[in-house]
Amino acid sequence: MASPKTLFAKLWDRHVVAETPGHPAVLYVDLHLVHEVTSPQAFAGLAARQLKVRRPDLTVATADHSTPTHDRSLPIADELAAAQIRKLEKNCAEHGIPLHGLGSPHQGIVHVIGPELGLTQPGMTIVCGDSHTATHGALGALAFGIGTSEVEHVLATQTLLQRRPRTYEVRVEGRLAPGVAAKDVILALLAKIGVGGGAGHVFEYTGPGIRALSMEQRMTICNMSIEGGARAGMVAPDDTTFEYVAGRAYAPEGAAWDGAVADWRTLPTDEGAAYDRSVTIDASQLAPMITYGTNPGMGLPVTARVPDPDHAADPARRQALRKALAYMDLHPGEPLLGHPVDVVFIGSCTNSRISDLRQAAAVLGGAKVDPRVRVLVVPGSQDVKRQAEAEGLAEVFRAAGAEWREAGCSMCIAMNGDQLAPGQYAVSTSNRNFEGRQGAGGRTFLASPLTAAASALAGAIADPRRLGERVTAGGAGSGEGV
Amino acid sequence: MTVAAFRAFASAVVPLLADDVDTDQIIPARFLKTTGKAGLGDSLFADWRYDAGGAPKPGFVLNQPGMAGRRILLAGANFGSGSSREHAPWALTAFGFRAVLARSFADIFRSNALKNGLLPVELGPAAHARAAALVEAEPDAEVAVDLAAGTVTLPDGSQARFEIDPFSRAMLLEGTDELGYLLARADEVAAYEAAHPARVDTTAPVVG
Repeated sequence: MASPKTLFAKLWDRHVVAETPGHPAVLYVDLHLVHEVTSPQAFAGLAARQLKVRRPDLTVATADHSTPTHDRSLPIADELAAAQIRKLEKNCAEHGIPLHGLGSPHQGIVHVIGPELGLTQPGMTIVCGDSHTATHGALGALAFGIGTSEVEHVLATQTLLQRRPRTYEVRVEGRLAPGVAAKDVILALLAKIGVGGGAGHVFEYTGPGIRALSMEQRMTICNMSIEGGARAGMVAPDDTTFEYVAGRAYAPEGAAWDGAVADWRTLPTDEGAAYDRSVTIDASQLAPMITYGTNPGMGLPVTARVPDPDHAADPARRQALRKALAYMDLHPGEPLLGHPVDVVFIGSCTNSRISDLRQAAAVLGGAKVDPRVRVLVVPGSQDVKRQAEAEGLAEVFRAAGAEWREAGCSMCIAMNGDQLAPGQYAVSTSNRNFEGRQGAGGRTFLASPLTAAASALAGAIADPRRLGERVTAGGAGSGEGV
Repeated sequence: MTVAAFRAFASAVVPLLADDVDTDQIIPARFLKTTGKAGLGDSLFADWRYDAGGAPKPGFVLNQPGMAGRRILLAGANFGSGSSREHAPWALTAFGFRAVLARSFADIFRSNALKNGLLPVELGPAAHARAAALVEAEPDAEVAVDLAAGTVTLPDGSQARFEIDPFSRAMLLEGTDELGYLLARADEVAAYEAAHPARVDTTAPVVG
């Protein structure tokens, strides 16, 4: 019998086209996702060499990053963004690449539309010029972000040169308590291992705590693998996965479906397979998390106080904490709960799916957001938007005083006009709290949709567990749709 | 495109000794609306380098006298973390950098740097500390980088070896790129495709 293999090793080995000793492997790409920001220079590179896109039928594009989320009937005010989106349209038309662009009923954040259209399937290799491509690993795919040179390589050859990464098991025991979300699992992992802890590795999230999660919750966790330095994060496919994929637009049907599922059942890591590293997290012990600093590893339970840099043993860590607290204008020992916020952003490829919006709506339903706070709710895709409107969630958000916007990356990356003013504080369901990430001088607290919505009501950082039954036991929006 | 072959060189150093310098600092996202690669050097480290009115902040290292023209950046650990934007090495090379010396690099940044003639040099703790101390003591002293030999020569004459995988090393020294290598394997790709049917057809209309 062959030696036991990890999920990662099985996918890797299946996709090696060629391997020369001393060289990186030539890895085949099953699905290439393209967006407006990291592709124009790659298409220009093709043109310079007079190359065609090898497999437009394995490529799909959307406009999300620099795309406005205001009324789509209005023109794009930013001429650079407009030109970038036009360039994507032109490149896709020229090369026969399907584009779910502005005006398409399926436009949305690239990592939201892939799974929801059924393009993302277990066992695939998936790449995109975007570091949050790891999201797709939630379905048992090997998915990772690439640079623009590599986008060009994949467009031209459908392959990439890759060195085999090592494996890192992130085992999650226990079940989440009420008011605690998948976002809190990943923020707790990042606080534990740091933003470089997974460098050179692929995470595989395992254990009963992961098995108990919905597909959308798993996506939230895999999404932020890169925040721990790992290019990819994966979850072995199971019945939850198959139920999610079944019936989606591009999912196999009939006998092809049965064959696919039979194959997907062979993918999980074999008993006895070894990981290069491992870490364990007990989900049952987690509280809602929030970041206080300027990288996603600087996170704490929402009830904690701002740490004192002087207590850090490592001088580099001390320096980083001092710099972060100065940027955030936070002070050692200060409680995070009750810290005033100016903006709440609910959206991004981390937390803009229907179950995220249901959770936020459960908190905001029948209440009003604090009048001092601007609240933006940005659905991850037009499909999510339609479903949220059909379920009455959009009306809940509007009635609470929040803005209900069109689909896109929006204030996660602040390229489209949705941004913080200098000095403003935001509680954000996005994935990065780097300096200026949500607008030059803006200050970000990363948190779950539950914590974000609770903070919107309070006008300050709030603990969603204090809202009682609104957030019980995943009841708010544990199901998934679209 | 081919890039210029990487030659040994010596340069004074720009010290930026922080850990976890992310790509949003190297090149903030608002500069990613360009559809080209040119001109990004002016936006390198924009939010650390300029105030809200666009005036240089005198405290930031790149604005200090004598920094223009230096080709080596000395950083801390996990340099280039965060996004996959290749605009980060484009901005660094447009400014004039040819090598970044650091304790470690984020994976995607390292990969992007190698494709743009920007050498990521990972130094061990002792060599890194020595480099930082020497540059602090003698800010204008030169460091020599020799990719062929795999060495960095510090201002005191001491040498530190660095590892780089032989494939990337050869590509840099020859000034060739990976696309040519991949294109030359078209037959193997075709054979793979013949044996592995496509998983999806994205060109089919969305139904359901």
